[in-house]
Amino acid sequence: MDFGFCLSPSSHVKMDSIDLTTFNRLKETNPDVNTCIACGSCTSTCTAGNFTEMSFRRLLLMLQRGKEDEAKKMIQRCMLCGKCTLVCPRGINIRKILLDITR
Amino acid sequence: MKENILIIGGGAAGMEAATQLKKLGLNPIIVEKSERLGGHIAQWDRLFPAFHPAKDVVEQMLNNVKDVDARLNTEVTDIQRDNNGFHAVLSNKETIDAKAVILATGFDLFKAERKQEYGYGIYNNVITSLELEKFFKEGKDPRINNPKKIGFVHCVGARDVKVGNTYCSKVCCTTALKQACEMKEVFPDAEVYTFYMDLRMFGPGYEDLYLKTQKDFDVKCIRGRVCEVSEDMDGRLVIKAEDTLFGKPLRMTLDLLVLMCSMEKAKSIDKIQQKLGIANNSDGFMQNKDMYLGMNDSKQDGVFVAGTCTAPKSLPDTIGEARSVAVEVFNYINNK
Repeated sequence: MDFGFCLSPSSHVKMDSIDLTTFNRLKETNPDVNTCIACGSCTSTCTAGNFTEMSFRRLLLMLQRGKEDEAKKMIQRCMLCGKCTLVCPRGINIRKILLDITR
Repeated sequence: MKENILIIGGGAAGMEAATQLKKLGLNPIIVEKSERLGGHIAQWDRLFPAFHPAKDVVEQMLNNVKDVDARLNTEVTDIQRDNNGFHAVLSNKETIDAKAVILATGFDLFKAERKQEYGYGIYNNVITSLELEKFFKEGKDPRINNPKKIGFVHCVGARDVKVGNTYCSKVCCTTALKQACEMKEVFPDAEVYTFYMDLRMFGPGYEDLYLKTQKDFDVKCIRGRVCEVSEDMDGRLVIKAEDTLFGKPLRMTLDLLVLMCSMEKAKSIDKIQQKLGIANNSDGFMQNKDMYLGMNDSKQDGVFVAGTCTAPKSLPDTIGEARSVAVEVFNYINNK
């Protein structure tokens, strides 16, 4: 019998047990991934981001918070136009990083 | 005859003002309540943004004032205005007659136990930024025992209406990043996190320090204020915060939590301040005459202010103010 009650999973990011394999691998070849200051330039210029949830700033955070599956889903929206790389004030080679994630 | 200038406080502002006044041909007298000159900065190990040893600066400042008349372990207990300026009575029953008074009384560090949710004084592994600096200076603290995960909390006692401090304490952001890098130097295997609301890197070289913190030291800066700290069964700290850039709350276990305490105006001067008729502004710091052109003047004739008694300031800010107050006092005496 269904009484309509259920247990909802915690929305907390459990930093002690997250898997950072992809991010740490990425960091070795692209130390720049650490230097994001979350200004949002990449996201606001993103052509794909105008129509989808694509946001490189958020994608980097997803990888750092163990949400690899969500990140890999998001990355499919990218069209590799490279406008994000052009506007990044920290000079992060975003286009290369995006390619490296999928590799 | 050289005119006496009474300087209350023998920290960075007091020492530097005395040095300059002496050069300008006046007779500064420092009254310092503790047993040594040097103030807070003398407790510091290294200075931001370039990890310069604080000792170098402090020793030079102390050397500059070695011929200045300084009364240690002494407080001003009473002060009155008379025809010649000011008549001050000291705690050692000595009296000083001075033409002008400089308040260089500095700050008190915010008492971290007032933010009870951070558990300072309750949990063993919660320490203050000053205590961490002492660890760097002296190389030991029983609470710092090869930590694997370290957190820094910004704005403790600052930008916080509940504790009555709505202001930004200015130097804690840069100090936190400096200390985070130093922790990585001492414990290279440790993961270091800082929890900030905004990172206010306002000075020359500070933004470079931020980049270095991220890139060279792999310190992880998370935007969000730690909301609560508790202890698990192994005595490790469990913290909760929201990653506001990610939009999700997070939980993490840490071995050490460092609280970046704010500055508050030193309370020990309250009585004398009242006698001199110097009011506080809404932040609880002393009011100066004007924010732009009268930053060293008070609203009372012959009473001057310098350093962190009027607002939180960095060491270069303080030294700059101490030098400018010397010029103000010099002009005041000569135009009398």
